[in-house]
Amino acid sequence: MPRRRRISALLLLAGAMALWPAAAYAGDDGGGTDNGENGENGENGEEEPAPTTTLPMGVAAITGTMPPSGVDPIEGVEFTVETADGQEIGSAETDVDGVWSVVVPGPGAYRVEIDPETLPDGVDLTDPDRTEAQVTVFEGRPARVLFAVGDIGGDRPTFLERLAQNTANGVKFGLIIAMAAVGLSLIFGTTGLINFAHGELVTFGAVVAWFLNARGPQWQLFLAGFVAVMITGLLGATLERGVFRPLRARQVGLFQMFVITIGLALLMRHAILIWYGGLRHSYADYQGQTRWDLGPVSITPRDLTIVCGSIIVLVAIATMLQRTRIGKAMRAVSDNPELSEASGIDVQRVVLVVWVMGAGLAALGGILLGAVVAVDWQMGSRLLLLMFAAVILGGLGTAYGAMVGGLIVGLVTEISTIWVSPSLKIVFALAALVLALLVRPQGILGRKERIG
Amino acid sequence: MQWDVIFGNGARAAIGPDAAIYALLAISLNVQYGYAGLLNLGVVGFMLVGAYGLAIIVATAGLSMWIGIPVGLLAAGVLALLMGLPTLRLRADYFAITTIAVAEILRLVTRSRSLEGLTGGPFGLQQVADAFYSINPFPDREYGFGVVQFSEQRMWVMTVTWALALLLTGLVALLASSPWGRALRAVREDEDAARSLGKNAVAFKMQALVVGGMIGGLAGVMFAIRSTSANAESFRSDVTFFAYTILILGGAATKLGPLVGTIIFWFTLSTIESFLRQANREGWLPGFLEGSESIGAFTLVLVGLALALLIVFRPQGIFGNRNEIRLQT
Repeated sequence: MPRRRRISALLLLAGAMALWPAAAYAGDDGGGTDNGENGENGENGEEEPAPTTTLPMGVAAITGTMPPSGVDPIEGVEFTVETADGQEIGSAETDVDGVWSVVVPGPGAYRVEIDPETLPDGVDLTDPDRTEAQVTVFEGRPARVLFAVGDIGGDRPTFLERLAQNTANGVKFGLIIAMAAVGLSLIFGTTGLINFAHGELVTFGAVVAWFLNARGPQWQLFLAGFVAVMITGLLGATLERGVFRPLRARQVGLFQMFVITIGLALLMRHAILIWYGGLRHSYADYQGQTRWDLGPVSITPRDLTIVCGSIIVLVAIATMLQRTRIGKAMRAVSDNPELSEASGIDVQRVVLVVWVMGAGLAALGGILLGAVVAVDWQMGSRLLLLMFAAVILGGLGTAYGAMVGGLIVGLVTEISTIWVSPSLKIVFALAALVLALLVRPQGILGRKERIG
Repeated sequence: MQWDVIFGNGARAAIGPDAAIYALLAISLNVQYGYAGLLNLGVVGFMLVGAYGLAIIVATAGLSMWIGIPVGLLAAGVLALLMGLPTLRLRADYFAITTIAVAEILRLVTRSRSLEGLTGGPFGLQQVADAFYSINPFPDREYGFGVVQFSEQRMWVMTVTWALALLLTGLVALLASSPWGRALRAVREDEDAARSLGKNAVAFKMQALVVGGMIGGLAGVMFAIRSTSANAESFRSDVTFFAYTILILGGAATKLGPLVGTIIFWFTLSTIESFLRQANREGWLPGFLEGSESIGAFTLVLVGLALALLIVFRPQGIFGNRNEIRLQT
């Protein structure tokens, strides 16, 4: 049987490749004809309300990539577009592909300004005085505006240097995924529920911490983060007591509960969007640090703290699961809820503790991710599939599996960027998830039982 | 407050081309999830493959749209085969996660800059449906009644898409009441029992996945024609969740569920959204809801709430039969 599975996996890969035949490039014709009224009721229900880089049809646009080469795209660089007489049209940030675009009302002359402050540390404009460019937009064709970055003819890092650096980044990213995913795995282990809204707990924690740190009381990030973790833990408890325990009491099937968490995820994500808005923000502390050179790897003090802190938190969780009463009870309930109940464990209470702990850890993961990258309303839902990948790779239902799986996913995504475009790095993690399901559905640390 | 505009917008959305495309998608899900019980969370992936199949043939390869349409449908069928071969043996929740992962992989790969020569990368492909509009039989004027007006091009897409949706509703109803449909439902209800009676459960599920997948591909083809372009950003997972809400609202595993669900869903959603926009202009809304972004987000909050509440209190939908769709755990 495993042999047949492996062959079908290969077939899947080969087929996926065959789907993309090499075809001649017919050229970019830009926009086409607009063939419909764009009613103000927004009838394109599938469009995200937040700004995307999608070019609506028949509208002129200015776009560009950062850096111009398209190699190692830079995310989050801000561009502002004005008319020739200085009226602001709009602004945009580069996405994961380093692409930005602003829709302009029609053909004509425009001025584009780059905000050099939004360039990451260590990246500067080749000509620091040229932060503005003039551009003429023609009908039906996006105009491109490029700003050169970096020194001309700098040293390219060797393969080993890149490997070391990406491994370090992978460990950092992997630890964050691992932390966020522990709760997902434990909730599945104890109740059998696959929580699709777990990503929203990540976002919620990060957004609450941002509010406490940069908007409301302006607390230092450690305090703000601590309070945000507590609040998210409370939210986890509320979800368990207010939604999932009553549903279990109603004998709602796990399959239905799964669909309910999808609804909950949509609800929470867009409620966060209403409150927080569609823009990305950074925390007020620990920005713009100089990197330390540790051998072949350079890392900011902030990221080093995050790595060490995550390791301490994960070791603490492992110790708790091994040594304390409640930790042992959690493992027992994960193993066999009926037997645990029969031997006197208060299963409902254990599940409640798992929810509080899982939500709190998800929030912590979100805050760390927000500190490393930025906070936005979709950060958790983008992370969700990576968390699933981590949990399934490691073995659904075990906390240690989530930790191992998280590290693997982090390393795979970051190291893959040595060879492929960073916009594809998540594809590798998801492909690892699919392959893991085909070859070893019980995961690396999971026990072999019938789950197929 | 202009109520005629509010309800007019609702009515226009309920019968418009986008609703018709969602009806096709809901029919696709009805085969896969309703009759076969497959929780396919990657149905938007079939749509993407259908749309890009057409767009690549027309915009990249420069061939006729009439080759592009069958290629799009075929590609969706092939995707269903490839996806089903290894995953149908997995447990339902694993199947769901695999399908959503595959749909995300497809979206990320098509929008990647490394494939810009083939798929247009983040900019997508344009002008993929000129041939469709060149045979438009509707003369150039506005069609409709009162505030519900459609241009002749919209009218043409709408007519074709709804005709396809009605045709497929009929075909799926025939399939569902055929011996094949009965066996499929038996597999959904109790796979072991069906197998002990000599039915090849995996084969039945695979057939349902391919049939449903090709209908999803057709939804993608019509979407590419409707927007005259293909852009990977249109194929986010939210589309899948909308389609599930529509199907569950109308009633999974019912003949007319997808159509009824689509009309009710789009009418309600657009009426609410239009109402909120008017209220916004009148200054009636509380501060946190002001601005068009918040209004769009608020309607999605309502979709999420509706999906969760429907599953808890009325899992059979409006017209469904509660005994019909007893989901497996």
